[in-house]
Amino acid sequence: MKTLLEIEGVSKSFGSVIANEDISLIVREGEILALLGENGAGKSTLVKAVFGLVKPDAGTIKINGIVMESGDTAAAIASGVGMVHQHFQLVPVMSVTENLILGDEPKRFGVVNIKQAKKEALALSEKYGLEVDPDAIIEDLPVGMAQRVEILKALRRDVKLLILDEPTAVLTPQETDELLEVLRNLAKRGVGILFITHKLREVMAVADRIAVLRGGKLMGTTTPKESSESKLAQMMVGREVVLRVEKSVAQPKEVLLSIKNLRVNDDRKLESVRDLSLEVHAGEILGIAGVEGNGQRELVEAICSMRSRLSGEVIVKGQAIPNLNPRAAHLAGVSHIPEDREKHGLVTSYSIADNLVLNRFDQAPFAKGWIRSLEEVSSNGEALVEKFDIRAPNASLSAGSLSGGNKQKVVVARELSQQLDVVVAAQPTRGVDVGSIEFIHNQLIAARDAGAAVLLVSAELDEILSLADRIAVISNGKIVAIFSSKEADRNTIGRLMAGLAS
Amino acid sequence: MDAKQGKKLDFSPILVPLLSILVALSFGGILIFIQGINPLSAYRVLFTTAFGSFDGIAITLAKATPLILSGLAVAICLRAGLFNIGAQGQLISGALASAWAGYTFVGLPALVHIPLALIFGAFFGALVALVAAVLKAYRGVHEVITTIMLNSIVIALSDYLTSNPFKEPDQPLTRTPKIQESARMPDLLGLPLGFFLAIGISITLWWIMRNTTTGFSIETIGRNKNAGWYAGISVKKTIMLSMLIGGAVAGVAGAVETLSIIGRFEPAFNAGLGFDGITVALLGRANPLGVIPAAILIGGMRASGSTMQFEVGVAPELVDLLLALILFFVTAPLLAKFFKNRKENVAMTSGWSN
Repeated sequence: MKTLLEIEGVSKSFGSVIANEDISLIVREGEILALLGENGAGKSTLVKAVFGLVKPDAGTIKINGIVMESGDTAAAIASGVGMVHQHFQLVPVMSVTENLILGDEPKRFGVVNIKQAKKEALALSEKYGLEVDPDAIIEDLPVGMAQRVEILKALRRDVKLLILDEPTAVLTPQETDELLEVLRNLAKRGVGILFITHKLREVMAVADRIAVLRGGKLMGTTTPKESSESKLAQMMVGREVVLRVEKSVAQPKEVLLSIKNLRVNDDRKLESVRDLSLEVHAGEILGIAGVEGNGQRELVEAICSMRSRLSGEVIVKGQAIPNLNPRAAHLAGVSHIPEDREKHGLVTSYSIADNLVLNRFDQAPFAKGWIRSLEEVSSNGEALVEKFDIRAPNASLSAGSLSGGNKQKVVVARELSQQLDVVVAAQPTRGVDVGSIEFIHNQLIAARDAGAAVLLVSAELDEILSLADRIAVISNGKIVAIFSSKEADRNTIGRLMAGLAS
Repeated sequence: MDAKQGKKLDFSPILVPLLSILVALSFGGILIFIQGINPLSAYRVLFTTAFGSFDGIAITLAKATPLILSGLAVAICLRAGLFNIGAQGQLISGALASAWAGYTFVGLPALVHIPLALIFGAFFGALVALVAAVLKAYRGVHEVITTIMLNSIVIALSDYLTSNPFKEPDQPLTRTPKIQESARMPDLLGLPLGFFLAIGISITLWWIMRNTTTGFSIETIGRNKNAGWYAGISVKKTIMLSMLIGGAVAGVAGAVETLSIIGRFEPAFNAGLGFDGITVALLGRANPLGVIPAAILIGGMRASGSTMQFEVGVAPELVDLLLALILFFVTAPLLAKFFKNRKENVAMTSGWSN
C-alpha cells in the first residue's frame, strides 16, 4: 500500500523541554496508526508538526512523497490532511451546517447557498453514519455531538490523512464505539488515520499499528496482535501499572450526603435533573453511570451550590446547603473535583501553590484575617507537590505550564488534602494519562477508606465499574436503577444508560 | 526541567513598555524631521525641561500626580478584568465635589478641611463608578459602554452645576468660587503634597493586591471568573469593589488637582487626565507600582510640550501624537498576546460577550 505520511527524524523542543526527539514514523493508505503515550509525551506536538501548526527544529515531514514546508497549514490541508483537534475549533453561536461549510461555502450568485449547504451536511452525516441535526446551534449540543460536527468538518474536505487528537476523551462508551466503527469504515475507503489516545482498550480495538511515545521519544511500534494492554501500558509509563484497581470491601456507615427531590435546569433552561433523590454513605464510592448530557453536570453543580436549584434539598451531615453559594457548600465539607479543570478548577496563570489554596485562600493557616500568609501558601504548595506526585520542579511554577494529568493532580491535591466529608468527583480522569489515572483512583479510594462519602460521576463505564461500591444509573435526569458492585453487569447498565428498560 | 529554569526572571513587563517608548520616539522623530527640525535637539529640550532641573522635576511630578491616580483607577479595574474607560468622568466628579467642599465649609482647620475635601472627591468619584458597577454586576451591562456614557453625563452635569447652582457669583466665567485657604494642599520639600499622597496610594494598593485576601479575590476574578465562582469568591462583590476603588482613586485625582493646582472647579481644566490614565495603566502593565514611572514619563512630556514649541518650534500636539504612538505600541504586543494565549487567561480585560 502507498505511503501517505512519512515523518523522518523530527525533533522539537520548547525552551529546555524536549517535546519530540528524533521521531520517525509512517502512515500508509487505509491504515489506522494509533499514537499512544502519556500526557506530555509529545503526541500533540508531533501531530501539530504534521499539520503545520508547529515548526520542528529538525527533520522532515513528507505527505504523498512531497516534503512539506514547516509551519504551512494551508499546504497540509491542500495535500489532504484533516485534523480533529482536542479543543473544538467550532463557532459556538453558529449552526451545525454553518460550521461545516465555514471557509469553503457553497455559493450561488456570490451569496452563501444555505439550502445547498444543508443538503450537503445531511448527505455527509448520512454517508459516514454520523447523525447530527444540521440546524442545531453548536453551543446547545452535548460535547459528543459537537465532536461529531468537528469530525464531519474534517471529512467534508475529502481527506486522505485524518488526524484525531484524543477524540474519545469526551465521548461516552457508546459514542466511542460508534466512532471506532466510523474510523474502521474510513480506513476501508483508503483514508489513512493517525489516532492519538492514551486509552488502551481503543487502541487494541481499532489500530492496525501502534506507536508508543514516552518523554518525547518513540519507544517502538507494534500491533495489537503482538501486544497486550499491560505491555502497552508498560511501554507508555516504563513500569508495571495496575489496571485493575485494588481495593478492600467498602465499610459504609452513616449517610453523609443526601439529595432529596432535586430539580435543576440546564443552561438552556430545560429541566435536566428531574426530581432526583440519592444518598451516599460514609466510606463508600457511589458511581453515577450515564451517557453524557443526562443531567450529570447539572446534578454535580447543584450539589456544590454552583447552579441554582429549582426545588429539592442537598443535605450534608444533616445540614441543608444553601442555594447558589459554593463557599457554603465547601465549608459544609463538600470537596469538588470539577468536570472542566481549565474552566473551573484552575487559574492557569497562577502558580501551582496559589491554585492549591484556591478555595481556602482566606482561611487559616493561609490567611491571618485580611492578610495572606504567603509562606504558608508556598510551603503547603511544596508539600502537596511532593505528596501528590505533581511533576513540577517547584510549586511557584504556573499551573498552565503543566501537562493535563499534572493539572488534574493539582485539582485533586487541593480537594483531597482538606477535611474530607463529601467528595464530588466529576470526570476525575478525563484527558489524564495512565500513570495519573492510577494515582487519582488510589486517592479516591483512600478518601473512601478515610470515611468520606464519594460521589463519582464518569462517562467511562470502566472507571465506574472498577471504582464504585454502588452504581446508580442516570438517564434523562433520573436515577433509573441502583446496583451494588457485585450485581452490576455491563450489558444491563449499558441498556439502562441508553434509556432502554432492563 | 531543572529547578533554575522554573525561576527564570521574566523581563518582558519592563522590556515591552521600554521598547514601545523607543519605537514611538523614533516615529515621532521622523515626523519632527519632516518639519525641518532636528529631532535630537527637540527631544533634548523635551527631556531637559522635564527632568533637567529641580524646578523642572517639580513641575513634572505635579503633572504626574493626577496621572498616577487616574492610572491606578484604570489599573485596579484591569486587574479585575474590567476596562474602566470612565476615569475621566469619575475624576471630574471628584474635582467638582472637592471644590464644593473646599469653598462651602468655612472655619475648619487645614488638617480637617483638606482630608474632608479629599474624601468628598473620593466619594463622588466612587458614586459615578457605582452606576457602572451595579449595571455590570447585576445586569451584565458591559462596563466599557456604561463608563463611556457616564463620562458624557458627568461632563454635561458638571457644566450645568458650575454655570448654575455652584457658579461663582457676579462673574461671567463658568466656574465655582475659589476654595478656602484652609482647603489648599501645601507643598512639601518643594514638591506638591498630592504627589506623596499618590505614591502612598500606589504602594498601598500594590500591597493590598499582593498580600491580602481582597487582592487575591480581585486578581482571581480578573484571570478566571469561573474558577473564582467555583472557589467561592463572589463575582458581583468583587466587580463592585474594584470599580468602587477605581472610582474613588480617580475622584482623589480630581480632588488633588482642585485642591493643589487649580483652586476651584473650572470645566476647561482636568480635560484628558482620565484618558491619559488609560495610557499610564497600560504602560505600567496594570501594576500599581508600574503606573508611577509611566505617569512621571507622561507627566514630563505634558509639562515640557510648550517649551519644546517655544524653543525649537515643534507643535505641542506632537506630545499627544507621541502618547498615542506609545499607547499603540504598548497595546499591540499586548493584544497579540491576548489573542495568542486567550486560553491561558493572560487577558487584561474581559471580552464583549461577558
